[in-house]
Amino acid sequence: MTTLAKHSRSASAASASPKPQGSHRRLGDLKIALLFIAPAMIGFVFFYVLPTVRGIYLSFTEYNILGDPEWVGMDNYVAIAADPLFWNSLAVTGQYVFLNILLQTALALGLALLMHNVAKSTIIRGTLLLPYLMSNVIAALLWFWMLDYQIGVVNQFIEWSGLPRVAFFGSEAWAIPTQALINTWRHMGYTALLIFAGLQAIPSHVYEVAKLDGASAFQTFRKITIPLLRPVLVLVLVVTVIGSFQVFDTVAVTTAGGPVNATRVIQYYIYQRAFTESDFGYGSAIAVILFLILALVAFIQMKFLKGNESDLD
Amino acid sequence: MKKSLGAVAVAAAMALSLSACSGSSSSEESATGEISYWLWDANQLPAYQQCADDFAQANPDITVKITQRGWDDYWSTLTNGFVGGTAPDVFTNHLGRYGELAENKQLLAIDEAVEKDNIDLSAYNEGLADLWVGQDGKRYGLPKDWDTIGLFYNKAMLSSAGITEDQMKDLTWNPEDGGSYEKVIAHLTVDKNGKRGDEPGFDKNNVDVYGLGLNGGGDSSGQTEWSYLTNTTGWSHTDKNPWGTTYNYDDPKFQESMDWFAGLADKGYMPKLETTVGASMADTFAAGKSAINAHGSWMIGQYTGYKGIEVGIAPTPVGPEGERASMFNGLADSIWAGTEKKDAAIKWVEYLASADCQDVVASQAVVFPALKASSDKAAVAFQAKGVDVTAFTEHVKNKTTFLYPITDNTAKVKGIMEPAMDAVVSGKAPASSLTQANEQVNALFK
Repeated sequence: MTTLAKHSRSASAASASPKPQGSHRRLGDLKIALLFIAPAMIGFVFFYVLPTVRGIYLSFTEYNILGDPEWVGMDNYVAIAADPLFWNSLAVTGQYVFLNILLQTALALGLALLMHNVAKSTIIRGTLLLPYLMSNVIAALLWFWMLDYQIGVVNQFIEWSGLPRVAFFGSEAWAIPTQALINTWRHMGYTALLIFAGLQAIPSHVYEVAKLDGASAFQTFRKITIPLLRPVLVLVLVVTVIGSFQVFDTVAVTTAGGPVNATRVIQYYIYQRAFTESDFGYGSAIAVILFLILALVAFIQMKFLKGNESDLD
Repeated sequence: MKKSLGAVAVAAAMALSLSACSGSSSSEESATGEISYWLWDANQLPAYQQCADDFAQANPDITVKITQRGWDDYWSTLTNGFVGGTAPDVFTNHLGRYGELAENKQLLAIDEAVEKDNIDLSAYNEGLADLWVGQDGKRYGLPKDWDTIGLFYNKAMLSSAGITEDQMKDLTWNPEDGGSYEKVIAHLTVDKNGKRGDEPGFDKNNVDVYGLGLNGGGDSSGQTEWSYLTNTTGWSHTDKNPWGTTYNYDDPKFQESMDWFAGLADKGYMPKLETTVGASMADTFAAGKSAINAHGSWMIGQYTGYKGIEVGIAPTPVGPEGERASMFNGLADSIWAGTEKKDAAIKWVEYLASADCQDVVASQAVVFPALKASSDKAAVAFQAKGVDVTAFTEHVKNKTTFLYPITDNTAKVKGIMEPAMDAVVSGKAPASSLTQANEQVNALFK
């Protein structure tokens, strides 16, 4: 998630800086530009491009990390197509992404509107970001304990109020919604902040005109706020969808794929095949498939939601 | 990738410091310097730290740096270490893992040293030393300890149910009606209205105390969960052990036992699998949620250490063939093939396997050391703490143990069996569904 945000930032910085005024000037700028880009570029090549290329290569091999990779052609991909656990992991991840994005976007939009119109205090706005400052693993473990079936405080409250205890992590029906809620709780403050920035970019005169025309608050929201917010919403959606497809740490420290296969999300399945079962070729092949899926999803979102255009122009 | 670059940097730094080291002391033998040692059980750390201190005193040229890592991270960190060159010189090894490590040439064969130093392999409890001879006939570790399974029970719950401790010693079990084992479990189960599991009007959906605790589905081995039952019927995990190539989860005898086991949760005598995710089985026992827990001897300290709860230990029940059964698992210390300090590492492994160190471990009463004499000393040490461990030791004495299944592909077998067993134990699938999982497992060996 942070990666993508970083890239889009450096990309826009790069395209904005060379405003050509003369060819000699441009050449001088290029040298300095390259100098400034170099640290990010080196990191990008060594930590992203090279591992990606190697990962793609490994996906065509059988490799247990201790020996040498052995070329097997398309074997891994053929096996994956027939692997029920792979299809299960796609379905489970899809369920997680759907719940997480729906809740997170709706709640973050609400929070952003509140920040924009009601809560002007910096302290309150800052507080909303607190869960995001916590490590994923810590957040997951805290909720794991609070939601424990036997000794968790949440289940104590549920029982006091006369309802039956809920196996939040243990039941197949609850396991994914629970994970989605935890990560919604952790991320919505950050997402709200992004949307809030978008709200502040909408010029106030638009709202003044709407008021003069007698538009209701709901009409203003639907006809003005949402359309003008679209580029930001698209960015938020692309980033959060990619982020939630890659859910891993919450699962790894709580249910570890279980109960049965209910939380064996795609990233966890990759980890299991590669690191637990030492089948790095197979794991890499699933990772390549996940990469292609994410690229496609991001492309579709940008294309059809027109994320690169603004109605403000 | 970030991690492995870090590892490369560390390895490079280490190589530098190592070469600096060897440069200065190359004239002497290589049994000098600091060797690293890993283990996973925090309960055993104090005992082995004591061994390391004694060892350093006896061998002033060698120091041992012990690192303890939790079981969950132990094996992946170790694998990273093998690849990145940062693996420990010596580490605690597990029967379920060493086959693959040996096959991938990560372990140092120690046959020569064992012969040269006249290690008496018959001094270890029967069979333990041979477990560490790989498929290639080479020895990859010296045994350090062993464990068996027993029944931990809550004495107060037993007496209020009118069950004597002698009764607990003579339990029988069979897969049809569960024998006296199921009767005791049912009677120890109490619902929220105070009705016992074998009384009319028992509400199985509102249980206060379960007769038997549940640790999990048991994945491929069922070490503490169900193997002490399934293996009394004449069933065994694999066609031969060690180095079997066919698993037997499709055997109707096994599946019948598993259906009985899963049925306990359905009858309300054992918690549902979904409610056991999170808090550990031992902790819920301490919280008074179960009356009996089947668990391994390495948990003795944990169970007898809870305040305000009297715990007894009974042997596992006698099965349909008239014998008890317990999985017999043993750990060993192995040497990484990539070690730079082979001689020092061998010295340390031999010390760990010697009476000097195993008596120290015995005196701490945490686990049973592999040496017969040290095992007896451990039993005495447990007795001194007021814990009767006969339930565990008599399995070894009466030869009612069977070995932890040692095969290739153990991680993959576990990957397949874990969800399959969870589905059976949680009642989502009948035990006959294991036939299909078994086919997947056996396909790994073709």
